[in-house]
Amino acid sequence: MSQAAALKETGYAGHGEALGFWRKYVFSIDHKTIAKQYLGISLFMALVGAYTAYAIRWQLAWPLTRIPGVGAISPDAYNSLVTMHGTIMVFFVAMPLLLGAFGNFCIPLMVGAADMAFPRLNMLSVWTFFTGGLVLLASLFVPGGAAAAGWTSYAPLSANPAYTTAVLGQDMWIVALALEFASFLMGGVNFLTTALNVRAPGMSLWRMPLLVWYEITASALFLLSVGPLIGGAVMLLLDRVLGTGFYLPAKGGDPLLWEHLFWFFGHPEVYVVALPGFGIMLEILPVFSRKPVFAYRALIYCALTATALSLIVWAHHMFVSGMDPRLATPFSVTTILISVPFAIMVFAMIATLWGGSMTFETPMLFALGGLASFLLGGVTGIFLGSAATDIYLHGTYFVVAHFHYTLFPVTFFAGFAGLYYWYPKMFGRMMNERLGKLHFWLTFFGFQAVFIPLFLVGVAGTPRRVFMPVGYPLFSALQPLQVFATVAAIVLIAAQAAFVANFFLSLKYGKQAQRNPWRANTLEWSTDSPPPHENFPAPPQVRRWPYEYSTPGARRDWMPQDEAAEAATVRAAS
Amino acid sequence: MMGWLPQDVSSFGPDVDHVFSLILYIVGAWFIAAEALILYFAVRYRRRTGRPAAYVRGDTLRQAAWVLIPGLIVVLLDFGIDIAAGRAWDEIKLDSPAATLNVRVTAERFAWIFTYPGPDGKFDAGHDYWSLGKLYVPVGQVVRLNMRSMDVIHSFAVPNMRLRQDIVPGRTIAAWFKATTPGSYEIECTELCGFDHYKMQGTLIVLSAADYAKWQQQHWPSAQARAGGEAGEVKK
Repeated sequence: MSQAAALKETGYAGHGEALGFWRKYVFSIDHKTIAKQYLGISLFMALVGAYTAYAIRWQLAWPLTRIPGVGAISPDAYNSLVTMHGTIMVFFVAMPLLLGAFGNFCIPLMVGAADMAFPRLNMLSVWTFFTGGLVLLASLFVPGGAAAAGWTSYAPLSANPAYTTAVLGQDMWIVALALEFASFLMGGVNFLTTALNVRAPGMSLWRMPLLVWYEITASALFLLSVGPLIGGAVMLLLDRVLGTGFYLPAKGGDPLLWEHLFWFFGHPEVYVVALPGFGIMLEILPVFSRKPVFAYRALIYCALTATALSLIVWAHHMFVSGMDPRLATPFSVTTILISVPFAIMVFAMIATLWGGSMTFETPMLFALGGLASFLLGGVTGIFLGSAATDIYLHGTYFVVAHFHYTLFPVTFFAGFAGLYYWYPKMFGRMMNERLGKLHFWLTFFGFQAVFIPLFLVGVAGTPRRVFMPVGYPLFSALQPLQVFATVAAIVLIAAQAAFVANFFLSLKYGKQAQRNPWRANTLEWSTDSPPPHENFPAPPQVRRWPYEYSTPGARRDWMPQDEAAEAATVRAAS
Repeated sequence: MMGWLPQDVSSFGPDVDHVFSLILYIVGAWFIAAEALILYFAVRYRRRTGRPAAYVRGDTLRQAAWVLIPGLIVVLLDFGIDIAAGRAWDEIKLDSPAATLNVRVTAERFAWIFTYPGPDGKFDAGHDYWSLGKLYVPVGQVVRLNMRSMDVIHSFAVPNMRLRQDIVPGRTIAAWFKATTPGSYEIECTELCGFDHYKMQGTLIVLSAADYAKWQQQHWPSAQARAGGEAGEVKK
């Protein structure tokens, strides 16, 4: 390929002219700026999500008391808080952080492209997302309050405005989600196109970093699964505003239809979030173990297998829903089977540590903490995926503890790992290690202390989404555990101040970052910190896979993907 | 962990609890082993001067076997769990045995209404008995619930009975159980159904045969006589 063609192929067509403030920082088409915009929105929304968690936990521990900074809450308000907490954390924190921020920032850099394949579409996606976030936040302030039918919005509770006090709030919830979906559809198309078509010379698919693989697999899964729910959401909106009856039995509709459409998307959504989280951990573990990632290709096949399987497991959310009970065992089998690719991923991560030469900077601590925590989320899924035990555990705090143990590690442990790791590349400065470690240990133990008690509360049978669990004679004795979890949650939330302080102080006072402070191999570390507008002065020539660490006989223990070979002992790239 | 489960008073409860303990032992062992390995590796393979990291890519089948064989074991254990759980599921949700007592359950925001036929077992024959929030059943008898919702989705749950079943409006959904121990147990709605969802509770009252006959006698004094039932015997 000629140099000029290569330039064109990788997007180096030169939109590097000097830009004004608005084009540079607000309506920017630079994937790095867009990534930071997603990052900013997701971190802000995480604070809102944490605020709702605080209000929920306080009510559960000390029911009906005035919540400092919130006030006393009614059962309606409680249902709204629960609904908004789930919606915000999944759609407006996990996705923009793991896909929006890390996907946007890392994919073009890691494949050696100047930008995303469709930079303007990228800009449209972040502003569509922003609008969705505004609609969702605004719904907190409309008469009747925000949506209160749970993040799953089961019909007819959500379909008939008479059933919740939220009328406009529920409509706005649907609109906010529609905007979010549209945004990530645009983003997903961009991710896939960029990784498949705009790679630097030499960057074959089998040399792509695992994060890129996991981001595009997640994007493909999102594209495949969200369509039916978009249709479903339109039908829900029509039921509410035009008086149709898709989900209303009185008009010939069927509430189970919504459950199917929701979970056909809702379960894959877990993997849409989990895969990028795993991808981040898989980038970090080799760097801080100074070892090649273990079983690179198997890890890619695992992601693809998990993606395919995740499309045929959704009904495990519906074992006791009233669907034909003969469907339970087939869905149970597929669900439990999905543990296999994830088990292999976890084994490969552990095998990556074996024989390593590990150091424990903050990114590594968060990656290891995420792995160690996710394990509990993974294994407790078996109890719920097995239909017989799900009869007992469905709808209890066991479910709450389980999904927090899967989603919190991939969103926050992996997310923080990624932030501490790529912060120098994003902002050109190092974060403070001391504050970082404090942040890690408080977060790690705080998190376990919140959710381990909730497993016990759940095994005892306490239902979730209830305003006052203490009001049930069977569970009132468990109240001390609820109080313990709440105190831990307050510590966990307060500990995030260490991160916020570190994030902002380091922008100004952090040590200037070198190009490659972690001595890592992927392409983003071959350019300046932060990278210039089009990332690389010229498309990098990729010469090997991304995990060439501690090669026997090599001069040093890392070998960047684009570095010319300097020793005969270097194995040919895969 | 098993000690946290509430008292089991159901004929199929032991099967559910058995599957629970089976999964607990299997995943518990994996969980502890994996956590122990992570911790051990973190200590054993921390950076030391003069000891470089091993160059192991795990890309030959021989090396990858270290993760693939455990993966295969996971597959086998998964099927073991599926078989055990499938049996229990079929027993509870598919093969419902013939019932000696049929009760209609009506779920309506935010209450449970239980409708009993007369001792002759006939509904809508002019002697139905309605009970708000209290479900009386005889011990050791198969009780069949025919459940309907008047508004949104509710879920009928009795933790002590290891029973849970969503009730979808527009359908009649059946469930059954056989209580093994007399006593009072909580019934709760476990599907978010609106602002007072948390108040949607009820009580399952399991009576000994003699007490149940007495209870029946109270509500259908003449019918009981007509059916010629003896104390302790429940006519279908």
